[in-house]
Amino acid sequence: MTPEQAVVAVETVSAVIDGVEVTVPKGTLIIRAAEQLGIAIPRFCDHPLLAPAGACRQCLVDVEINGRAFPKPQASCTMPVENGMVVKTQLTSPVAAKAQEGIMEFLLINHPLDCPVCDKGGECPLQNQAMSTGRTESRFEGEKRTFEKPINISSQVLLDRERCVLCARCTRFSNEIAGDPFITLNERGALQQVGIYEKDPFESYYSGNTVQICPVGALTGASYRFRARPFDLVSVNSACEHCASGCDLRTDIRRGKTLRRLAGDDPAVNEEWNCDKGRWAFKYISSRERLKNPLVRGADGELHEASWPEAIAAAAAGLAGKRVGVLAGGRLTHEDAYGYSKFARVALGTNDIDFRARPHTDEERDFLASVVTDLKTTYADIDKADHVVLVGFEPEEESPIVFLRIYRHVRKRALSVISDAPLASRGSKKLGAKLVSSVADVSGLTAQSVILVGERAAEVEGTLSAAYALAQSTGAKLAWIPRRAGERGAIAAGAIGNLLPGNRPVGDSSARVDVQSAWGVSSLPENVGRSTSQILAALNDESLDAVLIGGVDPMDISADALNQLLNTFVVSLEISNSSVTAIADVVLPVAAVAEKSGSYLDWRGSARHFDKAMEDVDLRSDVRILSMVADALGKPINLPTVTATRAEIESLGNWDGAKSTFTPRALAAAPSDEFTLVSWRFLLDLGALQQGEANLAGTAKQARAHISSATAAKLGVTEADHLKISSDHGSIELPVSIREIADNLVWVPRNSEGSQVIPSLGFTRGAVKVAKR
Amino acid sequence: MSTLSPVLSAHWDEPDSFTIAAYKRHGGYGALAKALKSTPDEVIALIKDSGLRGRGGAGFPTGNKWSFIPQGDNKAHYLVVNADESEPGTCKDMPLLLANPHSLIEGIIIGSYAIRANHSFIYLRGEVVHVYRRVQKAIEDAYAAGFLGKNILGSGFDLELTLHAGAGAYICGEETALLDSLEGFRGQPRLRPPFPAIAGLYAMPTVVNNVESIASVPSIIEHGVEWFQAMGTEKSKGYTLYSLSGHVANPGQFEAPLGITLRQILELAGGIRSGHQLKFWTPGGSSTPMFTAEHLDVPLDYEGVSAAGSMLGTKALQIFDETTCVVRATLRWVEFYKHESCGKCTPCREGTWWLVQIMKDLEAGKGTEADLEKLLDLCDNIAGRSFCALADGAVSPIISSLKYFRAEYIQHLTEGGCPFDPVASTLFETAGA
Amino acid sequence: MSFTHEELAVMDSIIARYPKKRSAVMPLLHYVQSLDGYVTERGIETIAEKLDLSTAEVTAVSSFYTQYKSEPVGEYHVGICTNTLCAIMGGDAIYESVCQNLGIKKDQTTADGKISLERIECNAACDYAPVVMVNWEFYDNQTPASVNELLDGVRSGNPPAPTRGPSKLRTWKENSAVLAGLSDGLAEEGLQAGEASLLGLNIAKSQGSK
Repeated sequence: MTPEQAVVAVETVSAVIDGVEVTVPKGTLIIRAAEQLGIAIPRFCDHPLLAPAGACRQCLVDVEINGRAFPKPQASCTMPVENGMVVKTQLTSPVAAKAQEGIMEFLLINHPLDCPVCDKGGECPLQNQAMSTGRTESRFEGEKRTFEKPINISSQVLLDRERCVLCARCTRFSNEIAGDPFITLNERGALQQVGIYEKDPFESYYSGNTVQICPVGALTGASYRFRARPFDLVSVNSACEHCASGCDLRTDIRRGKTLRRLAGDDPAVNEEWNCDKGRWAFKYISSRERLKNPLVRGADGELHEASWPEAIAAAAAGLAGKRVGVLAGGRLTHEDAYGYSKFARVALGTNDIDFRARPHTDEERDFLASVVTDLKTTYADIDKADHVVLVGFEPEEESPIVFLRIYRHVRKRALSVISDAPLASRGSKKLGAKLVSSVADVSGLTAQSVILVGERAAEVEGTLSAAYALAQSTGAKLAWIPRRAGERGAIAAGAIGNLLPGNRPVGDSSARVDVQSAWGVSSLPENVGRSTSQILAALNDESLDAVLIGGVDPMDISADALNQLLNTFVVSLEISNSSVTAIADVVLPVAAVAEKSGSYLDWRGSARHFDKAMEDVDLRSDVRILSMVADALGKPINLPTVTATRAEIESLGNWDGAKSTFTPRALAAAPSDEFTLVSWRFLLDLGALQQGEANLAGTAKQARAHISSATAAKLGVTEADHLKISSDHGSIELPVSIREIADNLVWVPRNSEGSQVIPSLGFTRGAVKVAKR
Repeated sequence: MSTLSPVLSAHWDEPDSFTIAAYKRHGGYGALAKALKSTPDEVIALIKDSGLRGRGGAGFPTGNKWSFIPQGDNKAHYLVVNADESEPGTCKDMPLLLANPHSLIEGIIIGSYAIRANHSFIYLRGEVVHVYRRVQKAIEDAYAAGFLGKNILGSGFDLELTLHAGAGAYICGEETALLDSLEGFRGQPRLRPPFPAIAGLYAMPTVVNNVESIASVPSIIEHGVEWFQAMGTEKSKGYTLYSLSGHVANPGQFEAPLGITLRQILELAGGIRSGHQLKFWTPGGSSTPMFTAEHLDVPLDYEGVSAAGSMLGTKALQIFDETTCVVRATLRWVEFYKHESCGKCTPCREGTWWLVQIMKDLEAGKGTEADLEKLLDLCDNIAGRSFCALADGAVSPIISSLKYFRAEYIQHLTEGGCPFDPVASTLFETAGA
Repeated sequence: MSFTHEELAVMDSIIARYPKKRSAVMPLLHYVQSLDGYVTERGIETIAEKLDLSTAEVTAVSSFYTQYKSEPVGEYHVGICTNTLCAIMGGDAIYESVCQNLGIKKDQTTADGKISLERIECNAACDYAPVVMVNWEFYDNQTPASVNELLDGVRSGNPPAPTRGPSKLRTWKENSAVLAGLSDGLAEEGLQAGEASLLGLNIAKSQGSK
């Protein structure tokens, strides 16, 4: 318990449940107080994270308060414990036991007997509680209610209305937690059923949670349907690789194959939820494009499979004595990032390393080193915030669990949200966000406020500086929330040109001494290294000779990035064939997240460790392979395992000396071109880790070009038309969507079907020409 | 000889009774002027003192309900009138609104003033278009006369009144379901607490009153507490509308002091239809356990009916003679509750589904006496186990009919079908049509 | 096809009656029925957009209430009360006879789209049993013969006036507009009270005169 928590006195109440006294915080529901005593009251509609419903009536118990008994059994999921309360559950009250048995009988009269073919069988609350609470034989001799079964309510969720017990967990989740009331209870009485509006399927980013909390087999996921029995699965705790929210996950494996992933339970982070990408994007691991063996480019100019010793030797030979840049990528575990960081400094003798495979600036790099390394903001700060400011950040698209946390408080207490987004996204609308044209226009913040800065804040010069200044002047809490899971860990590992591991400034001699002694080397490069774009430019002008690349898609950086790699020696560490492996000289396959152990640092800087989920895979983590290459170079980094790496990170610890000072930049002027392209990525898009997930992709938002009604009038287009958006580099064509957006802006998604802006237009933000197609 | 006491219905025989002119001709809106001269708290105290109790079924004291509204809380308050009259047998509020809508509107203005509400609503069932017209016109006329809107009669009190049509859902007569419906949701009951007095419409302090309760308010203001208390019984004060229907010589509305008996009403109304005898009746709609001829002298007030094992309910006296099959009557009621179950909770949704199937079998003479035990056991698993009282209403005719007419159920089983001729119980049979 | 500007303006005026706009969903559904005869897709989509609701939320509401129809109903929608009291006093017989007459059953519409049929629950007119509603207007004290006469009138374009209602029977769409709060000016037509409503009063008066 932190000192802060300790001072909050919790008012408690005491009651007797089944003869045992229990003391709980005021407001605790009877059903939860009973849990504390180990008394399980059966339930369906009850869920600790949803508002009480009292709908299924399965949890009826007898209650008296100060000697006065309620005439009827009460739903223990809706009634808070009070002093002087005496509760008798099914264990001690025949009335409660009969009431529960009666409800169970009612629930079963219309439930099909299809447990043998039901996905839920074996982990089904209805099945289990029918055993604990039900009658042995049914007294129902009538006609069961039938529905067409199952129906698709989205490309990834199926609904079997016959199995549904109408507990409304799914509809309540979608409305209360996700703010996506796309599934509702329809019709009435015995015909009541969950449903969608036929033209608008259940395309919520959080739809998978409803499958997980469904207490029967009514909602099932298309990709897991009929694939396994729960008791054949091995469950492993894992961390999500898809973003920096930091979700706890559970991965279920059968015979070496991931069959499904579920949200884990971490009250400080994702509570019991996750997003559909985290749940349903994992087939990339078993993609046909996966690399199993090393490849080395032969004298014939073609890549050939090679043995590990051959490949390691080839990589070392290609890098030895060369001026090498390192592009680590944003998806690395903390340990792997540390491997790249140490490899660059020790094996290559350079600070030319950057994890940022996306638009980036020097302002940002300074900000990361000087400001972000000190940030301590957490989800709990959002819980207490009076205002939340979003700067270059669309939480629902870029960190969906952060979105859920903000949304909870918007719903519960009308939390004020301010965003500098150029367009009111669906997420901003759900948050009721007040839009401002720049962070400089935000006012009214206090020390209770929270400023959440996204990675796109780097794209408008001076924005990060302004956000920092706002936090400084108001005392508001600041956080930086990158999109990718590995970026915060990469900063901590020093996989960037101005930092050594443990947040140590490269330019600080005592910081370098720390690291030198830990690494047993006599010196470390002193100058701040090149950034990603500088490395690419240097490769192009031959001031660098070679490059070591982790999981990077050059098209996430710039349209020219791949070309800039063509005439240089490339060592690629990758999980699957990619545009980089195609041109690499040496390709070293590495383990994907389920195949290795490690940890991710989420946006808070907190680590979530995970163990190797798939035991039979012999692919290795990046750090292990880098260690072998370093050995071959004769400059060992001594990181033979993830465990050893973790230990070294911990023993090195974090820097407690002075950080480099952040030099603020002036805010760039608002764009003055006729049309400026603005963009961000949808959560579900063409991202590399979503490949092969057709069901998931079916729920992705469609790309449209968003323009104002004035612009539409000027261009003579309606929503039935297409726009052509072009730059010097190329063009894209998209259907029109008329929205609230400044007249000189056009918004498109960054990496969706038909709208990949970097390859097509050459940038993510800039002057474009817009015309009716 | 008992006396009737027409108050709300006193002028229904005048062809223009529903107009504001007719209402004012008989002193209408005088009570409003009087009330506005008192403080809101004095109005609440007066209604409390009068002993007026809810006429929609539950009989909760109206003044107490008003006094639960927190004052000085700087929140919007609402008065919502429950005009969703749908309980089978109940037919008092619709004729009242057709003939005398201004009594309701005047009552609403006084009630809103008392609870400090500046916007009130009438939730009218949707299946009565002409009643909607009458109430809407009455509201328009009240606005035009300065009884609604800003600064009513120069008192500084402002009130908006909105008429809202339901759309066919009995459950919306349950006050929290009504509020959800009025807010634009499915009409399903809400968890209580919080009670509407604390968090009702739009989560603001709200009073929900029945049409007749509110329409009774002006008469109490006008004639005083003593006048009102002179009618009725010890704990059931005042006058009320009794609705007589079914196999009687003359069905219709009777306004009488609380505590009158069915025997007295039948005497006034000309008795059971000629040549027939009373078999069973409901004192207050289909949800109230049925009575038989042995209950003819039960005082029809809240306590009297309750002591005899039923509920005063809506005072809907549905009379059935010996030609009526009680199993058929009960089945039809249970079918109604199945149709109207909102679906939210298990025992009501699934229980009524099952009860209908069993009742159908029994009516068709299928089953054994063990099925009667099963039926009662299911009723026991439904009553008091559901989210709201709708399901209690569903089992009430089953339990009460089995109590008084078990032999008739068994007769269905032994004869393998219904022993009654349905034609014999129709109206046109007797009329020779 | 979208609604006209005038129709959309009516919707806005309905929304303006309420402190919170979601409350307008029910009158808007009645209004959509007054234009389209039933709850159409364009109706649901427009209401959702106007009220910032999802289309699913509007569907959830419209499908809950019996009066909102997901399929077209007739120009004259006939509801026969078959709840206990009316059924026993003749409602069942009336229903059977109407089915025969029209050749349709409950929740069906005649081929010409003129008449649809519903078995309705208690319509708060038990002292006038058996009760039949046409477009939610009262036809009191009905018999199979009187209802068949009523249907003949409907088919010939000359339906009898409701017992307690306006002088002329209005169509389903016209009456739906009334339920949306759009006055048709007919409030003062028709009886103030039927015979049964006056029974107690008349007895009381005769008591008083004794």
